[in-house]
Amino acid sequence: MTGKIPIAKTYKLFIDGAFPRSESGRTFSVNNPEGELIANVSQASRKDFREAVRAARAAQLSWASRTAYNRGQILYRVAEMLESRKIEFVELLKSIGVNSRSATREVEDSIQRWVWYAGWSDKYSQVLGSVNPVSGPYFNFTVPEPTGVVGIIAPTEPSMLGLISRLVPAIVSGNTVVVVSEGQSSLTSVTIGEVLATSDVPAGVVNILTGDQKDLLPWMVGHLDLNAVDISGISPETDLTLLEETASNVKRVVSRQVNEESLELISDFLEMKTVWHPIGR
Amino acid sequence: MGNSNFKDGSSLEDFGIEYAPAIESTSLVNIKDKYGLFIDGNFVDSSSGKSFKTLDPSTEKPLSVVTEASSDDVDRAVRSAGVSYEKYWKKMPGADRARYLFRIARHLQERAREFAVLETLDGGKPIKESRDVDLPLAAAHFFYHAGWADKLEYAFPQRKLEPHGVIGQIIPWNFPLLMAAWKLAPALACGNTVVLKPAETTPLTALLLAEVIRDVDLPPGVVNIVTGAGETGSAIVEHPEVDKLAFTGSTEVGKLIHRSAVKRNLPLTLELGGKAPHIIFEDAALDQAIEGVINGIFFNQGHVCCAGSRLLVQESIADYFIDRLQKRIELLRVGNPLDKNTDIGAINSLAQLERIDQLVKAGIDEGAEVFKPSCSLPENGYWYPPTVLTGVQQSHRVAREEIFGPVLVVQTFRTPEEALEKANNTPYGLSAGIWTEKGSLIHWMAERLRAGVIWANTFNKFDPTSPFGGYKESGFGREGGMQGLTAYLKNSGGHS
Repeated sequence: MTGKIPIAKTYKLFIDGAFPRSESGRTFSVNNPEGELIANVSQASRKDFREAVRAARAAQLSWASRTAYNRGQILYRVAEMLESRKIEFVELLKSIGVNSRSATREVEDSIQRWVWYAGWSDKYSQVLGSVNPVSGPYFNFTVPEPTGVVGIIAPTEPSMLGLISRLVPAIVSGNTVVVVSEGQSSLTSVTIGEVLATSDVPAGVVNILTGDQKDLLPWMVGHLDLNAVDISGISPETDLTLLEETASNVKRVVSRQVNEESLELISDFLEMKTVWHPIGR
Repeated sequence: MGNSNFKDGSSLEDFGIEYAPAIESTSLVNIKDKYGLFIDGNFVDSSSGKSFKTLDPSTEKPLSVVTEASSDDVDRAVRSAGVSYEKYWKKMPGADRARYLFRIARHLQERAREFAVLETLDGGKPIKESRDVDLPLAAAHFFYHAGWADKLEYAFPQRKLEPHGVIGQIIPWNFPLLMAAWKLAPALACGNTVVLKPAETTPLTALLLAEVIRDVDLPPGVVNIVTGAGETGSAIVEHPEVDKLAFTGSTEVGKLIHRSAVKRNLPLTLELGGKAPHIIFEDAALDQAIEGVINGIFFNQGHVCCAGSRLLVQESIADYFIDRLQKRIELLRVGNPLDKNTDIGAINSLAQLERIDQLVKAGIDEGAEVFKPSCSLPENGYWYPPTVLTGVQQSHRVAREEIFGPVLVVQTFRTPEEALEKANNTPYGLSAGIWTEKGSLIHWMAERLRAGVIWANTFNKFDPTSPFGGYKESGFGREGGMQGLTAYLKNSGGHS
């Protein structure tokens, strides 16, 4: 009888809504805690990184110019997709060594976190923006706008909640992102990419590269078309002098160890714009 | 002095009226022979014994000798700020911090004319600007932030707010006192202590502010003011006990500070350069737009990071508009900054004058046409006439680099899309101007311009309640308004 041999999934990169292999042809292996191979995962190169930034830049303006309500709807729909694949995520986390109870909890928390941030789409600008009582006959207001294209080093632990906690606050305001995910957490990240590919999130808004953060970080900090980087997920051994290159285009550098729901993670990737206009007849 | 020509080419003399200067008196300013560093509530000498001269850029005559802070002096200042943070400022209720800030505001108002004259002497800006803009705004900034000191939890509910501790602040020479106010007021209101370095060409008003700070009995060490140039600045930036840095100045220096801070994960806010587009649509109220463009580029000799230095004018009105602009420029008075009639004062320093001159020459070499009015310039001092460069291409240096002087470059556009494309084609993103009578177009442009401050049918307006700061390479963080407080409070969101 055929059909008993499981078909294994190929874990590929997620760039511009598609799933290419690394142009370098390289992969790395991810094992379970028993040391058995789970998958060979694509190892992203500098060129893959540049392609991802290009896709993110191309998608940014139109993502940001959607209405806040529409972005909220699209992101809420992602939560629906996650909910429907709950069992898959629990199994995936278990395969990389998370115990059953923690895995279920992490998946539930991740979905809740996604919903929490999605709901901010049409509210953060009311909370963070203002009408300013200037001393003169001018109407003056401040609105938050997305910073642009953000590079994110995904936290490796917890792999699902960690990535979602950094990803959603960045995109809810209209930023687009390039995520670098390494090691075992790559499996969760790619699977989240698969959820996004079947959602209504436009291609290029989220790009996910699996690979070695040590390889990719130098390209990330130096890339002139990235406006900001979230380095909260970098490994403690990272040589921080690498970060000097973020000065080349005055990138916003965020390193914030926050593991709960936080409005600050949204404001980290916002720019405040103030508009003046005279009042008169 | 400028030749005061009217639109028809006539001058005051044609009507039998002689130009009569109205020179502001300097009698209420008492400039000392020498100034010490303001550390721990006292004026002290440098451990190195070094000093430097500050001069009046309109005459090149020395005004005083100012102490150059060594790294040892900076260390003393940082320690004093650290001790004072723990001993006084951290424990003090917000309402009491507020009272000190209110006092500073009042003293600035009471001594406003003295400060204004000193600002003009040391920096070369017209007295009408230091009197009517710098001083009122500096006082207002202290007033506004004083009121926040005991209300911070209303601005950021549900946060565990905390000051950073000791803030290192480095400010530029274009608005010496006003930038000191922009830096000090929010830092102090939020409960931090400060080491501030004014620019080496314009230290005197910050040192007079130090006197005010002493007069209002601010606890010693809460504010320390150290004078010096780049080395003194580096000593602040590199000091291990500084908890946060705030810098206003050139993008070049800002990037060096960014490099230093980021590898130490040190909180930082930067307010850097700009190359602001000033966009005139054909339906604009042209009389007002002309005044807006003049103010946008010639205010403070163009030594303004948010100056409207790139005029983008719709092709259909370009010839008419540029002609009107040139006629208006002929009427500007360039000369003695203390003359109340002066529109354009002295260039702040010889180094800046040379940079302006070099960039304009580069523009001419690349094919730009140059317009300068027929005014004569004083013999001594540093002067540059108001200048307009036309025929400028996007690739020209003068269209891309910040000139930081009274030089306007002109480009044209046909559609709003083209205006937007050209406006955003810059690594900077501090400010932008739009002139049109069509409201929907204003909002359409304002939404798409990548800049932190948008002036629509106005330009170069500032207010303590109005957040100011840049996108992209113009820096990050805001100054002013509720949003500006985030720079000086941990856990308040925003860049800090």
